[in-house]
Amino acid sequence: MTATMPSPPTSPSTSQGIVNSLTTGRLPKWAPWALLVGSWVVVSAVFAFLQAAGGGDFNIALAIFLGTILFDLAIFVIAYLVEGVRQAKDRLVTSLVATAFIVALLPLISLLFTVIAQGLHRFDIAFFLNSMRNVVGEGGGGLHAITGTLLITGMATLISVPIGLLTAIYLVEYGRGPLSRAITFFVDVMTGIPSIVAGLFAFAFFALILQDPGIRFGFGGSVALSLLMIPVVVRSSEEMLKLVPNELREASYALGVPKWLTIIKIVIPTAIAGITTGITLAIARVIGETAPLLIISGFTASMNYDLFNDRMMTIPVFVYTQYANPGSDVQPYLDRAWAGALTLILIVMALNLIARLIARIFSPKLGR
Amino acid sequence: MTTASASPRAKLRPADRIFSGSTLLAGSIILAALAAVAIFLIAQSIPALVADPADLKGSPASFWAYVGPLAFGSVWAAFLALIIALPIAYGIALFISHYAPRRVAQGLGYIIDLLAAVPSVVFGLWGIKVLAPAVTPLYNWLVDNVGWFPLFTPPVSGTGRTILTVAIVLAVMIIPIITAVSREVFLQTPRLHEEAALALGATRWEMIQVAVIPFGRPGMISAAMLGLGRALGETMVVAMVLSPSPGLITFVLTGSQNSSTIAGNIALNFPEAHGIDVNGLIATGLILFVITLVINSIARFVINRRKAFSGAN
Repeated sequence: MTATMPSPPTSPSTSQGIVNSLTTGRLPKWAPWALLVGSWVVVSAVFAFLQAAGGGDFNIALAIFLGTILFDLAIFVIAYLVEGVRQAKDRLVTSLVATAFIVALLPLISLLFTVIAQGLHRFDIAFFLNSMRNVVGEGGGGLHAITGTLLITGMATLISVPIGLLTAIYLVEYGRGPLSRAITFFVDVMTGIPSIVAGLFAFAFFALILQDPGIRFGFGGSVALSLLMIPVVVRSSEEMLKLVPNELREASYALGVPKWLTIIKIVIPTAIAGITTGITLAIARVIGETAPLLIISGFTASMNYDLFNDRMMTIPVFVYTQYANPGSDVQPYLDRAWAGALTLILIVMALNLIARLIARIFSPKLGR
Repeated sequence: MTTASASPRAKLRPADRIFSGSTLLAGSIILAALAAVAIFLIAQSIPALVADPADLKGSPASFWAYVGPLAFGSVWAAFLALIIALPIAYGIALFISHYAPRRVAQGLGYIIDLLAAVPSVVFGLWGIKVLAPAVTPLYNWLVDNVGWFPLFTPPVSGTGRTILTVAIVLAVMIIPIITAVSREVFLQTPRLHEEAALALGATRWEMIQVAVIPFGRPGMISAAMLGLGRALGETMVVAMVLSPSPGLITFVLTGSQNSSTIAGNIALNFPEAHGIDVNGLIATGLILFVITLVINSIARFVINRRKAFSGAN
């Protein structure tokens, strides 16, 4: 439309000017964004109109979702008209792919929002100072569950880290041949074991060994969690040990240092940040496990500091039992369940954050 | 170093032997643990397999009549979850690997990983308290308007605690693992293939069609199978959200009568079970273990075979 260049005198259509042939028939760069915001506004307006007309309440998630779908359709039609079918398909896929991401975000946002909003009712000091012993109805708290989670997960970490780390060292530094391949393969397969099967295994194992057909105790939970944790520790530690440059090992050997000392003094310290990150993430993964602990550690309303005797409560099982076995007045139980869920999410998020910070701060500077 | 051999061998120190021995021991413990899982589950299952089936809960005709509907429920729920999750997860993987700007791509990956970090019991609580009430109007509408379709046969569930709700929550839970695996595979596509396609004038989607997806197809299938394995074994969501009817096989998505799943059934009944019922539940767990083991082994086998040929290493 508007010629920006002086048109050559030979051109017959001087009045039209020369349009840059590389950008003809293309939507301007801001068009998709404007269209997206436009669709959101349109759908929100429709929703607000419906609400004003007296139908239902305003659902922001649904509005964003439908607005994004409208955008997907609109961008296809407009691009088809302006740019042709190939570009239109490309834009459609681009917008669909972005839509998929937004769709996955909706449950995450809704979940975090609900847990925080509902959990804050009972997220008070009393929750962290009381157990559920002799509590019916209001009051009480999750101290016994928090204690149990720390003990059981701590013990699981004590079991998993040596086994997992040594296995990773074996795979990277020593392992050759079929045994190493078998371990790698089965570690991968182990990551897919359903958590409830791990719990059933711990139960079957200890019920047979200790000849107690109704056995419930904390240590069994640690064993079940270890089964889930070890493969995660092995995989992450293996990746980190592989990243250690071979030159460091060779320099150490050249100085006459034995292999085991090289591994302990050179390889592991170089990879320690990554290994710690992996272990922290593994803890974060198992600390929220419910099913195995429900089976082998059981549930109780009382404090129990002894891993080897009696049932032991944990936060996930606490959340489940508060929800599943409420008293006659349901609300206090639900409030405690949400508060437990909030505690659990905070712990898991904190562990994830710590893991990222460790990776960021303590990773070795290799001059790259 | 006492002999003047042509190829000097490194001296074997005791500490070296102890250290390498202990790493070997740790690796063997893992294999032994996996074998122990199978052995002890089988050992505890045998009483239920040889017992009179009338002693089992619900007095089924045989053990297989007991486990059949549960296995069906597990597979059906996992299959539905997979159908919902796959397009979204592949979309996210492509978005992160090929569409999002480089600088934010990693951050977006972390956000999806956050979904994986949420404990399953919290998902269960969210599913029953937020999602189930939210989808109930939709189910009512579906049953009213397309009730002739076999999947939406009336009567509708009044609580939203149906297999479809479970499948939606399961889908949200398996999206992160499918995304993570297929993202890795998409990133392994040889740069030259992509640039060659773009140089021939392909749009980004055409490039993905001719370069990225053919290269990543085995990995995409494996990712789906890993997600399937995860969905099959998921327990707490099913135990909390589903309103099960024991011994029922039904495809209906929106009714109040739903097939239970193996894992959910164990979680609901194990705390109160005693005697032969415990063995019966462990036997169903053994079957779940075998199903997931086979699925995961195939998936891992395909991924590992691919790894050797990829341009990444």
